[in-house]
Amino acid sequence: MHADALVSGSAETNFALESHDLVKDFGDTRAVDGVSVAVPTGSIYGLLGPNGAGKTTTLRMLIGIIDPSSGTRRVLGRERPIEAAAEVGYLPEERGLYPAMHAREAIAFMGALRGLPLAEGRRRADELLEEHALGDWAKKPIRSLSKGMAQTVQLLGTIVHRPKLIVLDEPFAGLDAINQGRLEELIRRETRTGATVLFSTHVIAHAERLCERVAIIAKGKVAFDGRVDDARAKLSSIVRLRTRASDGPWRSAFPAGTRREGDEWVFELPSAGPEPLLRALLDGGAGIETLAIERPGLHDAFVAIAGDKAAAQMGQEKPQ
Amino acid sequence: MMRFIRSSFVIARRDFGATVLSKAFIFFLLAPVFPLLFGSLFGGIGARIAARTERPVIAVIDSRADFDRLAAARDQLTQALGEEAVVKLVHYEVEPDAAAEVDRLLASTQPPVRAVLTGGLAHPHLTGAIARDDPTAAQLQLLLSTARTAPKPSEPALPVTSLKSSSGSLINDRAVTAQIGQTLLFVLTILLSGMLLSQLIEEKSNKIIEVIAAAVPIDAMFVGKLFAMLAASVVGLVVWIGAGAIIVEMLSKRGVATLPMPAVGWFGFFALTVVYFGMNYLLLGAAFLTIGAQASTAREVQTMSMPVTFGQMLIFGFATTAIGAPDSPGAIAAAIFPLSSPMTMLARAAEEPQWWPHLLAIGWQALWVALILRLGAQLFRKTVLKSGPRVKWWKRARLN
Repeated sequence: MHADALVSGSAETNFALESHDLVKDFGDTRAVDGVSVAVPTGSIYGLLGPNGAGKTTTLRMLIGIIDPSSGTRRVLGRERPIEAAAEVGYLPEERGLYPAMHAREAIAFMGALRGLPLAEGRRRADELLEEHALGDWAKKPIRSLSKGMAQTVQLLGTIVHRPKLIVLDEPFAGLDAINQGRLEELIRRETRTGATVLFSTHVIAHAERLCERVAIIAKGKVAFDGRVDDARAKLSSIVRLRTRASDGPWRSAFPAGTRREGDEWVFELPSAGPEPLLRALLDGGAGIETLAIERPGLHDAFVAIAGDKAAAQMGQEKPQ
Repeated sequence: MMRFIRSSFVIARRDFGATVLSKAFIFFLLAPVFPLLFGSLFGGIGARIAARTERPVIAVIDSRADFDRLAAARDQLTQALGEEAVVKLVHYEVEPDAAAEVDRLLASTQPPVRAVLTGGLAHPHLTGAIARDDPTAAQLQLLLSTARTAPKPSEPALPVTSLKSSSGSLINDRAVTAQIGQTLLFVLTILLSGMLLSQLIEEKSNKIIEVIAAAVPIDAMFVGKLFAMLAASVVGLVVWIGAGAIIVEMLSKRGVATLPMPAVGWFGFFALTVVYFGMNYLLLGAAFLTIGAQASTAREVQTMSMPVTFGQMLIFGFATTAIGAPDSPGAIAAAIFPLSSPMTMLARAAEEPQWWPHLLAIGWQALWVALILRLGAQLFRKTVLKSGPRVKWWKRARLN
């Protein structure tokens, strides 16, 4: 389902966030070129793309930090994102907190910015810090916290006011494997309470594990927008087959494009399914030692959609 | 609107707390002590140096009788002009070699002799490093004329009836009040509002600006920051004025009562001083916040500080033209120009009793505070956050 169709034809309440043809120019450089996305309410939506693809600029436009050069956006049904600010939580890519502020105060301050009374913000901050094993650090200044702890504090400040829409820009960057796992769990938990989560990442594994829908952005354009399964469905499954005989006339039964990788024959699953091919191989005396049908991953889909170069950039940083 | 006010309040509360509850604020409160300490220290040194450095004198080679008449004439002039304003005379007896005596005296350093007067009252002649039209020569001419006139034995003193004020004295004295008020306003504002130049550096360097810009309107952030610093400055002022009042109370019985009553009365003048300080702070502060918001590093802020200070001095200079002539075209222009308006209007409060111009001016100034803040926020969004469509007006103009 393409965003254009969603924006023009659907009920407003179905989407927590929509954009139509967003364009952003910085000087003579077009950073974002006609981005249209629609984030269904209650979903986890990933904005996937290599560094410099335009993900951060898109997010900043979507939540109203900057205005687009052209195009429109709608956040929780409002044309002006700032009007929905009380119901939105945002974690920027470049983390920032006041170093002298105590962890508890920092969380309460971020809540207060979104309209949460300070006293309530402090109460929730204490709860959240306890939940995340940071209770002992509640009254310590941010500057005394480790980078991971400070990132957690900022994340807690992002959700302290219980927003309906949570926007996270590269939330996993800089976190160790344990904290990445915790963050994934936190994102899932927030969506279970009805929140919508939109996050950007250049690590495909996170998007694959978490997202129901993704938009793949490359060179400022949306190359794909839809369900993860739909992205995968763009590619056929890959068959890896090992025959007992090394060669024979039965070889002509393989579909075009079949290649040999070691002892294996590798080819795309034929549209008619594997049965006719297997029958021909058995009748021809090839014998079948092993057979594996691999469903394509999001990475394969990404390569097919965004191209090898973008995929190579994405591959530079693996999840920890 | 309520959301805007609430957002501004959240920003203001954070900034106010971060400023007032920091250790650095103690130094801020102690700031006026340093100039006072240095002033008294260097003043004392200066006084000692001045005491050690003797003033050049005019050596008078003459008979004792003639010199006494000259000295009596000097006393008369001293009563009118003050001791420091009148040339100092030292008597020397006539020696046989007059030319040698003149040369010796001119070379003397104890005391340092500027010129030598010879020839008595009848044929006076002045020799020394002095021009014909020098005021010293003119003073000596006056002293000689007075000394030549025989003193009248019982010249009656001029009878004087002292009144509290007259139109001439009131205008003059109120100008003094206007000047003091205006200078105080300028000094306080220049000391306090300069801090606003660097107000956004912390947010920009900590990257928290993204969090704030996503949550509250930029205008609200500007308003919050401005009022937080105004509040912190008011805390400083209350401490300083309180401490100052205690010191004045301890050292003087009359204090500000020695100043002439302003045209709007003391209570009105004090109230207007508070309001105009606020307006002056908000106007200049809004401008500084706008300018400072463009800087991305502390170094850039420092570079901006000097031209900004010069700008403030120019504005102060413009405002001072209103003193003594509050209805002159220059004064009206200074009252209309928003950045000089508070200082100009405070001077007016000392000199003119009408209240309506003040109500008008305060409304006008408030409007400009809002306009400058709005402009500053838009400029910040445009140039710092790079927000909004690209405006290539020059290209458009070229195409047309």
